[in-house]
Order: sequence, then structure tokens, then C-alpha cells
Amino acid sequence: MNAVQSMNPLVQARDVHKSFDELEVLKGIDLDIMPGEVVVILGPSGSGKSTLLRCINHLEAINKGFIAVDGQQIGYRLRNGQLEKLSANGIARQRRNIGMVFQQFNLYPHMTVLQNIIEAPVGIHGESRQEATQNALKLLERVGLSEKAASYPRQLSGGQQQRVAIARALAIKPKLMLFDEPTSALDPELVGEVLATMRDLAKQGLTMIVVTHEIGFAREAADRVVFMDGGKIVEMGAPEDVIGNPQHPRTKAFLSRFL
Amino acid sequence: MSGLPLTSASPAGDAPFRDVATAHAPFRLGRLILWVAIVLVAVDFAWIVAHNENFGWPVVAAYFFNPTVISGLYVSLGLTVVAMALGTVLGLGLAIARMSKDRLATSFAALFIWFFRGTPLLVQLIFWYNLSTLFPQLSIAIPFGPTLASWDTNSVITPMTAAIVGLALNEAAYMAEIIRGGLLSVDRGQTETAEAFGMTRARALWRIIIPQAMRSIVPPTGNQLISMIKATSLVSVIAMADLLYSVQSIYNRTFEIVPMLLVAVIWYLLITSILNVGQSYIEAYYGRSDRRTGAAEKPVLAGAAVQEASH
Ligand SMILES: Nc1ncnc2c1ncn2[C@@H]1O[C@H](COP(=O)(O)OP(=O)(O)OP(=O)(O)O)[C@@H](O)[C@H]1O
Ligand SMILES: [Mg+2]
Repeated sequence: MNAVQSMNPLVQARDVHKSFDELEVLKGIDLDIMPGEVVVILGPSGSGKSTLLRCINHLEAINKGFIAVDGQQIGYRLRNGQLEKLSANGIARQRRNIGMVFQQFNLYPHMTVLQNIIEAPVGIHGESRQEATQNALKLLERVGLSEKAASYPRQLSGGQQQRVAIARALAIKPKLMLFDEPTSALDPELVGEVLATMRDLAKQGLTMIVVTHEIGFAREAADRVVFMDGGKIVEMGAPEDVIGNPQHPRTKAFLSRFL
Repeated sequence: MSGLPLTSASPAGDAPFRDVATAHAPFRLGRLILWVAIVLVAVDFAWIVAHNENFGWPVVAAYFFNPTVISGLYVSLGLTVVAMALGTVLGLGLAIARMSKDRLATSFAALFIWFFRGTPLLVQLIFWYNLSTLFPQLSIAIPFGPTLASWDTNSVITPMTAAIVGLALNEAAYMAEIIRGGLLSVDRGQTETAEAFGMTRARALWRIIIPQAMRSIVPPTGNQLISMIKATSLVSVIAMADLLYSVQSIYNRTFEIVPMLLVAVIWYLLITSILNVGQSYIEAYYGRSDRRTGAAEKPVLAGAAVQEASH
């Protein structure tokens, strides 16, 4: 990759529309995310934040528009000048370098913490078991859970589970990490440990899109804050502008609840 | 009350310290009498059965390891294993087909399950056995086109193949529903996570969904296996020399009907008992991630963790 290319956006979304049956949830989203950028998406419940995130790795197919990650249009390919839907396995291949962390952690309950982490590197990315295990133990150390490698998810607290989920997503060496309300299912005293881990990642230059209600995290860790309402991006900019000095009445109304 | 502070119920707030380690279970006279009564009845019943000449225990003992009986036992066990294995594999395929988004696959699976669950197994077996009267020739051909290969039905459908096909297809219909139930019991988020990590459908099913579904698949499958062992006795109608057929062939000569049936009954009970033990081990295996203690309590070295991961 040359310097010019690396300045291309990692994520490009153009005029993205998404409907569930009659209900239009995304009504024309335009968003570019540069490599290394940390973008926090804020917005009221039902505004389409999760849906946008799930469209980026094609867990949901969009109805209109264009989404590309790392220069590849997600879910489609060009064939003889015609846009063609990719097969399920083709889409799976495109997702390999996108990590995702879910609100409900979604660890594999039948596997130990270590097995959870090495599942994708060994099974999908073709790493050797040894290499993957070493890397997994390093990641566990990074999220502060070295001693839990042989535990099963049910034996961990919510905060620990979410940190394992983050380690699991990092194990695939993602170019992009998607977080969907990673702290919303946690008790207040456990939120801090997960946010600290995420702040750490942000500092290390990982490209992250984070949907959260943690305004403090947005203020400190985000390069850019996106405020969504009613399926549209209402306001977007540096955290000190969007959070510190919101312009749009909906943003003001939303933020006033956190003061 | 105030004279017996240690035995009276204290008002809330000042319960005296009484270590539960010193507690003992109260003696229940009623339970003891019940136990004694039941044991007496059971022993008495066993005594009566053991001393009843009509049961012919010496005959039971004499024929228990009779070569004909043992070979019948092998046939029953072999049929069970083969039919169950085929039925499970086919059932898995049907379950996946039934759950797919493909209309063709779902319709086919639904039709198969409808037919094979809806007709008596005995009738299915007789049909398979008599297939040659319906179709004297079996051929592989392009529909309405040329025939590629052809066999005489009687040479393909022996009692053995009729029994295996009949039992396996019937079993597949039941296993399909059991497996589908198991797959549906797994949290939707698991499929989604596997997808998000870029796993193919097949891999997600094999590594993530099926292992979790096993917990609800194993108990009814154990049930099916036990039913299957007994269902194999139906193949005696198509002259397949299973356990029941073997004892029948002996009592047709000796007229010792009850003792010979007892031989079969005891063998069936022995096999099911062994299967029950096996099932509880399998259930414990798939429930291992539920134990709260265990791995977490042990200090974990990197080496131990590596070993754990290499299973
Ligand atoms: N699979 C689905 N089928 C039908 N409607 C859906 C589906 N998923 C989401 N929706 C609807 O889309 C809208 C946006 O949902 P989305 O989950 O994106 O909101 P959100 O901004 O993430 O909200 P929250 O903060 O509560 O998580 C909601 O009205 C929701 O009911
Ligand atoms: Mg959401």
C-alpha cells in the first residue's frame, strides 16, 4: 500500500437505505471513516444505530446505496460490469477482517475462554494452534484476564465476559472493530473495566466504530462523534463540538439528559 | 419461652449463632416404615417369581448364552447401530433442509417427515421387504430418458437391507424433528456471532451450533435408541433373525415359550441399562460448561491452557 491509498477511507457509506418490511430504519446515511479513526455513534433508542453497524458487516443487507470496507463493496461483486450478490461464503470471506463486539457478549458457552479466542484464527484464518494460543494468551493479558484462560464463559462476570469478547475480536487482527453498546448489559461498577480496555485500543490506532450511551467515553476517546436520529445522521464532528456545543435541537435534547 | 433461649425461634434481629455444621437430619419414622414395607413386598415378589416353576428358570439359564440367541443378539445390536447411525445422519440433513430458506428443501423434508412418521413402521418394513412385487427392477435413469444402471430388486432387497432401510428412514424422520428442536434451542446470537466472524454456514453449524444443540438433542435421542432396540424386534416379521426371532425359533421347537421370552427380555433390559449409563456420561460431557466450579478454581498455567485448547 502506498501513502495515497492509505489515505482512502476504510469505511465508505453512501446514501444507505434500509427497511424492515414497511419500516424505513436508515434513510440515507453518508459516512466515511479513515483508517485509525475512532467514531462514536450516539442517538436515541430506535434511531438505527445498531442497524447501521450491522449493515457495515452485512449482517443486514441494505436496500439502496453503497457500503465498502477497505475498498471492497460488502455483499456484492462486480462481474462483467454487473453488480452481483455474493454467496454466503463470499460474504463470510469479506467479514474476516472485521471484528464485532455485541451487547450480549455472545461468547461460545461450550468453549473455554481460550478456545473462544482461537476459534476464528485457527478455523478461519489458518493460524497454527500454537501461534494462535500464544497470541490469545497475550491478548488475555492485555485485557487483564490471564488467569481465566481455562474458564468457561458462565464462570465469568459480565465485565470479564465482555473483555474476553473484545480479546476474541482482536484475535483475528481486525482492520475494523464494531462495538454495539458493549457496556449496556453490564452493572455500573463493571462498565469502567470494559471502557478502559476500549480506550486502550483507541490509543493504539485501531479503527473503531462504537455505538454507546457512554458520553464520557465519546468525549475522551472519539476522534469524531456521529449523532443519529430517525434513521439519519443529524450532526457529526469532533466530540468537543457535537457534545460540547451541539447545534441541532435533537442533539441538544438528547444530550441534555446526560447532564 | 424465655427459659429456653437456644431452642425457641428468636424474634427477628437477635438470632443466636448456631453453626449449621452441627445440624442433623430429623428422624422420620413414617419413611422408615414405608421403606421396610416396600422392600418386603419386593423381596416377596422376587421370591414368588424365582420359585414359580412356570417361569422355567433353569431353561432360561440353559439358553441364555445359546449360540442362536447370541447371534440374534448381534443382529439386533448391529441393526440398531447401523439404522440409528444412518437415521441420525439423514435426520441431521433433513433438519437442516427443513430449516433452510430454500422452498424446495423445506418442502421435501416436510413431506418425508410427514410420510415416515405418519405410517406404521411394521407396514413400512413389509413394504420394503416386498418391494420386488411393486418394482421388479431398480434402475438409475434420467427421468423419461435413458437408463444408466439396473438391478433385479430381489438381489438388492434382502431381509437385511429391507430392515436397515426401513428402520433408518423411519428413524430419520423422528431424528430430524429432534435435531431441529435442538438447533432451534440455540440462542440466535450464536449464529450471528459466527457469521460476523466470517465462518461459513457449515462451519458455524459444526463448531458452534451443534455442540450447543447437543444438550437438548441427547436425552430424546437416548429415548429413540432404546425404542430402536425394541423396534428391531419388528424385523422378525420379515424373517430377519434378530434376538426375538431367535428365541421364537427355539420355542417353536421346544415349546418353552415363557422361558425363552424371558431370555429375550433380560437381554433387552441389559442393553438398555448399559445405554442409560452411556447416556448419562454423554449428558455430563455436554453439560460441562455449566459447572460453575472446576477449571476456574484451578490455577492456570500457560501450559495447561495450551493443553486445554488442543482438545
Ligand atoms: N430485524 C428487525 N426486524 C424488524 N425491525 C427491526 C429489526 N431490527 C431493528 N428493527 C427496527 O429498526 C429500528 C431501529 O433499530 P436499531 O436496533 O437499529 O436501533 P438502535 O438505534 O440501535 O436502538 P437502541 O439504542 O435501542 O439499541 C427499530 O424501530 C427497530 O424496531
Ligand atoms: Mg442498538
